Amino acid sequence: MHTLQPPAPVTTAKPRGRQRPKLSLRRSLRRHWQLYLLIIPPMVYFLVFKYIPMSNAVLAFKNYNVVQGIWGSDWVGWLNFEAFFSNPVFWSLVKNTFLLSFYTVIASFPIAVILALALNEVRQGFFRKTVQLVTYAPYFISTVVVVSMIILMLSPRLGIISRGLGFFGVDQPDLLGNPDYFRHIYVWSDVWQTAGYSAVIYLAALAGIDQSLYEAAKVDGASRIRKIIHVDLPGIMPTAVIILVLAVGNIMAIGFEKAFLLQNNLNLGQSEIIATYVYKTGLLNADFSLATAVGLFNSVINLLLLVFVNMIAKRVTGNGLWS
Amino acid sequence: MSQRTEERLPDGSPTTGPGAPTRRLTRRERKRRDNAEERTRIKEPRSDRIFLFFVYLLLAVFLAIVALPLIYILASSFSSPEAVSAGRVTLWPVDFSLRGYEAVLGNSQVIQGYVNSLIYTVAGTVVSVVLTIAIAYPLSRRTFAGRNVFMSVILFTMLFTGGLVPTYLVVQSLGMLDTRWALIIPQAVGVWQVIIARTYFRTAIPDELEEAAQLDGCSDLRFLWSIVIPLAKPMIAVVALMYAILQWNSYFDALIYLKSPDLFPLQLVLRNILILNTYSGGGQDASVVMERQQLADLLKYSLIVVASVPVLVIYPFVARFFTKGIMIGAVKG
Repeated sequence: MHTLQPPAPVTTAKPRGRQRPKLSLRRSLRRHWQLYLLIIPPMVYFLVFKYIPMSNAVLAFKNYNVVQGIWGSDWVGWLNFEAFFSNPVFWSLVKNTFLLSFYTVIASFPIAVILALALNEVRQGFFRKTVQLVTYAPYFISTVVVVSMIILMLSPRLGIISRGLGFFGVDQPDLLGNPDYFRHIYVWSDVWQTAGYSAVIYLAALAGIDQSLYEAAKVDGASRIRKIIHVDLPGIMPTAVIILVLAVGNIMAIGFEKAFLLQNNLNLGQSEIIATYVYKTGLLNADFSLATAVGLFNSVINLLLLVFVNMIAKRVTGNGLWS
Repeated sequence: MSQRTEERLPDGSPTTGPGAPTRRLTRRERKRRDNAEERTRIKEPRSDRIFLFFVYLLLAVFLAIVALPLIYILASSFSSPEAVSAGRVTLWPVDFSLRGYEAVLGNSQVIQGYVNSLIYTVAGTVVSVVLTIAIAYPLSRRTFAGRNVFMSVILFTMLFTGGLVPTYLVVQSLGMLDTRWALIIPQAVGVWQVIIARTYFRTAIPDELEEAAQLDGCSDLRFLWSIVIPLAKPMIAVVALMYAILQWNSYFDALIYLKSPDLFPLQLVLRNILILNTYSGGGQDASVVMERQQLADLLKYSLIVVASVPVLVIYPFVARFFTKGIMIGAVKG
């Protein structure tokens, strides 16, 4: 493992005046015992709800037995993993999870950038404020409500989409019942919900670009398009790389909530992803060990992807999540 | 420095930076200034104006795509059951009626869910904010030995998790299943919020201030309580709102940890009614059944509005702060 650097700004780390000598642990403890006391409850929280579950993941290598408990149950080695890998659903789960996330990243990334660049061209004013406020709003709507809206609007009986198509004399296919449409519905509704929110990060990056670059571009007679290509885009590159790395690192951890809510028996072929499968085997069928193995497989792939993508990003652009 | 660059300031102030006029210009003065600017600035070529036109067009399309579904839902919720079922509503209420809202308010499940969600949101936010400050403040102090170790321990949980079942087993062994605690404690601290709070404490509370207080015999806790927290009110408000909105919108924890319907938060009730279609309808008479069906259709639209209103009403007032929060969290040091 690399050592982690906090992804927070260290703006105050600029050497100002003299550097304070670091306190030794013992002196720090004596001087700040109240702070150490203060930090105990939240650290206990992380221990209990984050680290104990990590150690509980040994279940993946056991045959869980309620009576004997997690540590008392028998070791079975890689049996649970073998069972999962040889299961016919294995490849379709991996494929569905991967495609769904990859498609989401590919679709939402450029749209957020375009929205931010376009907003950046418009002067501060009523129009710009309205666009920002409205596009940002869906982010605050709950997943349950968004999925309900999708279902209501796509329903062949009532939905406004089918009426719109009917106006042109086209019959609407059953969009939610057909597995072929699932990914598009999932991804584009996600874009609808998060584009405005994601754009804010790029807008912040754009606001931070050195003004003299714009003036230089203007003196050189650059058009607006050229200014975007040569000043704006390079300016947001570091931010974009970080966001992409994070997104790819999360590729296997795609939102369980929405996929689960949008699922129905008809579109299961493409909507069953690893997370929903874990929920069903683990909590509905109470096959704790198998579900843990599947979840662990997912987490490990996730971590490997993140490390790998970060390595590439660092090599190509010099930016990464950690050094 | 020309006027053009000034417009690009992120805070959008129309003034001209250092030496900005403190009084408003009279109309004539403004005109003179604008004319002078007109003469000196490089003229915008036509291609740029065409480009700008397309930018506005693009934004208008974005705006429409995001706004239309919301307007459609709102319009439907204020229409009559017949109009909704017949699909006659588009972007304006048809046969204006409040039947949908009456049905929502008359539904005991919904009311119970609403009350539960309020409880979870208030209690959960208080617990989360307290724990977040308790961890973020010490980690923001340079003289706190071991803060990098603590921080790494926290950050690692962003990258790797035990998974659904192992977490569930912990909650189970603590006896929290099917209690209100299960919705408040297991997701209490967000790493993102800790980062935001720590960054804020670091920049807003200089070490000198702490040293000075210490020389005056002020203990750490006293300093935190009477100096740091009052100074950090804006940040605390942002973090509290983030937690509150997350809590209000979440349903998954309730789905896995709760069994008793009278503990269900609003989102889970919504899921049962909106997605699983379990709006109970009785009556054998065909016309009654149809009326119920129509009312059930309408109820969904009104329910969506009722469930989203608290968040959407607050959000325009806090959007600015949220933006700052995202930026603190997103910019890497």
